[in-house]
Amino acid sequence: MLRVLASGPLATVQDAGRPGWAAIGVPRSGAADRAAHDLANRLVGNLPSAATVETTAGGLRLRAERTALVAVTGAPVPVTVAGRPAPINAPVTVPAGAELVLGAPSIGLRTYLAVRGGVDVPPVLGSRSTDRLSGLGPDPLQAGNVLAVGDLAGEEPVVDVAPVRPPSDRPVLRVLPGPRRDWLAAEAWTRLVSDAWTVSADSDRVGLRLTGPRLERARDDELPSEGLVPGAVQVPPDGAPVLFLADHPVTGGYPVLAVVVTADLPAAAQLRPGDGVRFRSSHR
Amino acid sequence: MSGRDDGLAVLPYGDRALLVEVAGLDAVAAVRAALEHDPLPGQVDLVPAARTVLVLLDRPPADTDAARLRRLSLTPPPDDDAVRAVDLPVVFDGPDLDDVASLTGLAVPQLVAELTAAELTVAFGGFAPGFGYLTGLPEHLHVPRRSTPRTRVPPGSVGLAGPFAGAYPRASPGGWQLVGRTDAVLFDVDRDPPALLRPGTPVRLREVR
Repeated sequence: MLRVLASGPLATVQDAGRPGWAAIGVPRSGAADRAAHDLANRLVGNLPSAATVETTAGGLRLRAERTALVAVTGAPVPVTVAGRPAPINAPVTVPAGAELVLGAPSIGLRTYLAVRGGVDVPPVLGSRSTDRLSGLGPDPLQAGNVLAVGDLAGEEPVVDVAPVRPPSDRPVLRVLPGPRRDWLAAEAWTRLVSDAWTVSADSDRVGLRLTGPRLERARDDELPSEGLVPGAVQVPPDGAPVLFLADHPVTGGYPVLAVVVTADLPAAAQLRPGDGVRFRSSHR
Repeated sequence: MSGRDDGLAVLPYGDRALLVEVAGLDAVAAVRAALEHDPLPGQVDLVPAARTVLVLLDRPPADTDAARLRRLSLTPPPDDDAVRAVDLPVVFDGPDLDDVASLTGLAVPQLVAELTAAELTVAFGGFAPGFGYLTGLPEHLHVPRRSTPRTRVPPGSVGLAGPFAGAYPRASPGGWQLVGRTDAVLFDVDRDPPALLRPGTPVRLREVR
């Protein structure tokens, strides 16, 4: 069991989300940086379905009520166990009674904590993920919460440390054309992939709002709502694109100009408000 | 990408999805039913909407996927006996009932009679877990959204907007014209299936007092 002493700005339980329920309006949700979440699970020998804790801007403090094997991945943070520095991207033993502290990330936004066995909260529609849009799943962590540890562990981990590149300070996300590129003015795509964009303050697990040049539409009629994917770059009437992340709505009513490739979604999930970002065409 | 005489087109949607665009709700239902019955390899989810069905995959789409989607039959799905019709009990005392009556030019009792006579079907969801867009309203009952949306629509509210009727599974902001309320449990994560109103479900509104 892990007792939460401090949660930081936002800490949630996340796993691979709840695919398969979109037709009844249930978003997929799940870890925003799936690569970091998956790596954390692998480092402690968890099954891929195990849940981790996703922290936002660090600040998580826990006490292990029993000895636990943990791993910290994603946005790099200083880690201490019982006051002593501990490595990231590596399995770390937290002795019973010891405190585990995650500081603030030097770069990136979301840091993942896996515990061998997985964080065990009651699954909702097959997933332990907190969905900030629909409200499904457990509430965000608060000081005083006690997290049970599950039994979703496989073989003992054999990896000592995983070589991981930290998030880039000059991120470039690859994009493919979206289904409604023709609803935007001809130069919208060119501007998306050639101009500099900034992540605005009202960004969250649902999506990143981007500021930059205004993207104009080619047609003004109303697009009937249609399905969305993580990475969809939607252009609302104000011309400022939204890049959707894990807790995106199931459908949206504005044209999707572009879609970030799946391999670059982890980098998108590590962008903080104020960060610059560029896009590059991945059109084959 | 490529069109067909009946308007079916397959649009690119990144490296894990394809968007099937069709002419309207009947064709959406046909595409959804066909892909539920016979999914693409690696199909993880389907998102039916007003004129599209989004097909989500666990792998990059291939040319063969688009080709197969382009060949889909748009024959309406046969009535599925396994899909039970839902009888939705509604108290018609909504705050916009009088406005809807005057918009449609009907007296309230006549409006209620026509709403309860309509053979509705869940066309698609997407707004919130358990919310279903119900089609099948006669055209003279199509009313615009409220000019000012409400910041909070109480759970169970039954409303109209454009060609659709719907019931709010839980409190949310909303601009629909509220004609009544239901105490039916529209969404329950511990129930199988969790949503009462799933795409393809026939629905009748039944007046209760």
